[in-house]
Amino acid sequence: MNIFTRGFRGRKRDSSGQLPPGQYLTNDFPVLSAGPTPRIPPDAWEFLIATEQGESHRWSWAELMALPAESVTVDVHCVTRWSKLDTVWRGVSLDTLLADIETEADFALVHSYGGYSTNLPLEDLLDGHAWVAYEYDGEELAPEHGGPVRLLVPHLYFWKSAKWVRGIDLMLQDSPGFWEQLGYHDYGDPWREQRYQGD
Amino acid sequence: MARAAVPGGLTVRRNWRQAQLVERRPETASASTLAFEVPGWPGHLAGQHIDVRLTAPDGYQAARSYSLAAPTNGDRIEITVQRVPDGEVSSYLADEARDGDTVEVRGPVGGWFVWKPEDSAPVLLLAGGSGVVPLMAMIRSRDGVSPAPFRLLYSVRTPEDRIYDHELRRRATEDGGLDITFLYTRTAPAAETRSVGRITAEDLLRYGWPPDVEPTCYVCGPTPFVETVADLLIDLGHNPTRIRTERFGPTGP
Repeated sequence: MNIFTRGFRGRKRDSSGQLPPGQYLTNDFPVLSAGPTPRIPPDAWEFLIATEQGESHRWSWAELMALPAESVTVDVHCVTRWSKLDTVWRGVSLDTLLADIETEADFALVHSYGGYSTNLPLEDLLDGHAWVAYEYDGEELAPEHGGPVRLLVPHLYFWKSAKWVRGIDLMLQDSPGFWEQLGYHDYGDPWREQRYQGD
Repeated sequence: MARAAVPGGLTVRRNWRQAQLVERRPETASASTLAFEVPGWPGHLAGQHIDVRLTAPDGYQAARSYSLAAPTNGDRIEITVQRVPDGEVSSYLADEARDGDTVEVRGPVGGWFVWKPEDSAPVLLLAGGSGVVPLMAMIRSRDGVSPAPFRLLYSVRTPEDRIYDHELRRRATEDGGLDITFLYTRTAPAAETRSVGRITAEDLLRYGWPPDVEPTCYVCGPTPFVETVADLLIDLGHNPTRIRTERFGPTGP
């Protein structure tokens, strides 16, 4: 800390410990995306996981709906500094989708309808840390929030929770996604404030 | 949207730098432009933003992102701040900061919602409210440097809400390659022929570029504005890969 800002006092401090450094609380649900919102009817939707061996596993909307679902209540933290606590989602755990897949991969590159992508270590998708979510707050997930299905990886900054998710490439080596190529962090841990490359 | 290559030289500048407020200009009743001197500023592209950080006496810090309003110009940068009710950083910048005060900034940030003078394609700029700020940086960057024709459709509630009003109208008069249309949603000047209301497909057809000239479209504003406009552009036949969006939510900067 090298300077104070004359005349700045700031809001009441967060003493609950629920907010990562540099975040502020919002009760809205802001929308951020780099381009138009894709409109994907569920019957045209499919989800594909491809392994480093080139093996593909596909799920249609109906097949996804037939899998065991979980309801989860999590906090989400956007790199643009808003955080939203106790958000309620319903979807399928990535543990379920990845259960029967043979892979040696350490990394995942997540792809979306509309061309967006994001990268993260595969282990961050496992052990109850990640879901493909199709309901938010008891309602079907709205297109501007990523519907029909978005990835939900709430322990990382929210851009890793790719909207309009369509598939995951499992890879032996890390490869930067859309925002990561533009200077955002490859991992994005909000509690370590990993916003940009080098943080 | 294709996987975009990182624009040349655009490594993220992550160091916090001291920024001294050197000029303040009111733009509307609730928006002001603030100019800072930032020693060692690395330069930026039109459309990029910065993080501004304030530090309270007890060490508490708050940071928010602001679009850069002017082209790169040595160590001088400009932002335009719209006062947000209960905005922790915006109310300080809008009401409290005085010439000579120092804040911290880092950046530039963002390599997608940018326009570069070497891009020669026609440009369609679509602004809702204070979403005009990064688009103004593009208009100012184009001046005398690029022959790319620009059209700006700028949706505002009333004539009093026009940010950069005088400069925009001067530029539109002096520059044959720049067309500007104000779209009033609540109250329009007496001479206005368009009925007040939100932007429509007809507005885009009448005042924008047709899809076959393949403009790059930059849409910036509140989320409902961006959602509406991006959908209208796609319905009119614009390629989604040429539509770039940036949104200011209700809890935005």
